[in-house]
Amino acid sequence: MLDSYREIETPEGVELLLRPAGPAPRALAWLADIFIRAIVYTILGTFLSFFGRFGTGLILITIFLLEWFYPVLFEIYWHGETPGKRWLGLRVLNDNGTPVSWGPSLIRNLLRAVDFLPLFYGFGLVSMFMNRDFKRLGDLAAGTVVTYKDNLMHTTQVPQTSASTPPLALKLEEQRAIINFAERSQRLTDMRAAELADILAPVTGARGFASIQRLYQMANWFLGKR
Amino acid sequence: MNQQDFEQRNEPAWKELDNTITALGKKITPDTVTRSATFPQLYRQICHDLAIARERQYTTHMIDRLNLLMMRGHQYLYSARAGNITHIFRFIGGGFPALIRREWRYFWLACALFFLPGIIMGVAVYYWPQMIYTLMDSNTVMQMDWMYSPEAPHVGRERGADDDVQMFGHYIRNNISIGFQTFASGIFFGLGSIFFLLFNGLFIGAVAGYLTQRGYIDTFWSFVIGHGAFELTAIVFAGMAGLKLGFALLAPGRKTRSRALVDAARISIKIVYGVIGMLVIAAFIEAFWSSIKLISPDIKYAVGAALWGLVIVYFLFFGRRQHAD
Repeated sequence: MLDSYREIETPEGVELLLRPAGPAPRALAWLADIFIRAIVYTILGTFLSFFGRFGTGLILITIFLLEWFYPVLFEIYWHGETPGKRWLGLRVLNDNGTPVSWGPSLIRNLLRAVDFLPLFYGFGLVSMFMNRDFKRLGDLAAGTVVTYKDNLMHTTQVPQTSASTPPLALKLEEQRAIINFAERSQRLTDMRAAELADILAPVTGARGFASIQRLYQMANWFLGKR
Repeated sequence: MNQQDFEQRNEPAWKELDNTITALGKKITPDTVTRSATFPQLYRQICHDLAIARERQYTTHMIDRLNLLMMRGHQYLYSARAGNITHIFRFIGGGFPALIRREWRYFWLACALFFLPGIIMGVAVYYWPQMIYTLMDSNTVMQMDWMYSPEAPHVGRERGADDDVQMFGHYIRNNISIGFQTFASGIFFGLGSIFFLLFNGLFIGAVAGYLTQRGYIDTFWSFVIGHGAFELTAIVFAGMAGLKLGFALLAPGRKTRSRALVDAARISIKIVYGVIGMLVIAAFIEAFWSSIKLISPDIKYAVGAALWGLVIVYFLFFGRRQHAD
């Protein structure tokens, strides 16, 4: 299957699947964070400007801190999320699937300075397309990966119908194919689902909508319903 | 066992784990204490169940659900412990200088890239002042002339405390950002760090040569000597951290390039921690000490020399006994 999953072997010996996030959601998350920072600058700037040069000094320090440490502090204390990332359901993890720690978070956020070059994350984007985990240069150096927080493919459940025995013995992969069809068919148009179900007309002994129903029943049977 | 039976049998344990992880993420209550005792067992159970569900090729929906549940458990179990404050003290007390000495090759390389061009440029500008125009336009030079000229009306006039704070903010933002860029650009096979080291070296050398030749010795040198001890060293350190990144990509040795890069970055970032600290100190000295006009240059030279001595002694001798990292 053409999925962009990444497998992580845990100390428990069981593989965890993560789904790395591509450039589009990450760019949106970044924009959201920029927007939040812009609001903070405006509010603080207005407030501190009443304090003359003393205030200017504090504004400069605030800008410095927000510029470089806003993502780091959020990633550490919010389990790998900044407000923008939370909005898009993204999260930064270490390569081994554990929550991102201080060193790696600082590395990836300092290297933003080079990912941003020459214009609007040019190098970062090229780098993202050159490896399978969509890592920008900062992620490569830090050993981190940005993933979707919930890594489900959002498959729907097999529809609950009565069960019916398949007319012939099917191999495990064949059973899986039918279950997969039942899981995914609700995301297809009716016409497309019927078209796919018709391929199995010799097995279901029906066509169109009836064939789909027969496959649902078989799927339920394979899952254990009697 | 078919999927339905499997699901029915294990559902209570999965629900329990789900609730446990949710509870553990919140405030500590007597309930969370008892739950934290059962958590490891429930977590091991879900690992086991996920492996079985995959092996038996149960539905994607169910495998996804177990995967997500295990992921949450994994995140909780392996979340980093809060950084211990003693780590920071140990780093300052010896770990940092020990680290710089351990990476001495990069240190000397960065030193050479920064100081050699600086000295050459300084001497050149001293003897041929027009050389300064290779780096700066005439406006900048005039402005600099005006800033350090002993005859200028503002020299000797005391600056207000709020001006000092403004300059402190300015130095923090400017200098530390330059430090970060010097480090980060090292990922381009070291070229970026080399550029920043050379450029800053040439620039600082040119300014020093020019102002010395103009005879503004006390206004310029007494101003820069104090914070220079921390600022110039910190720039060299930022450069060496960047060079280390670049070198890992050029010559990864027996590791893959990506592995070598990650390993080098883990060490480099510690140098950057030190760089941040030193540049904050430098900004503080520059804003609140170097700028005081009432103190005679002789005292500033003495204090400046003491600060240089302090920095040199610190990096030569601290952390020799315990090799903390």
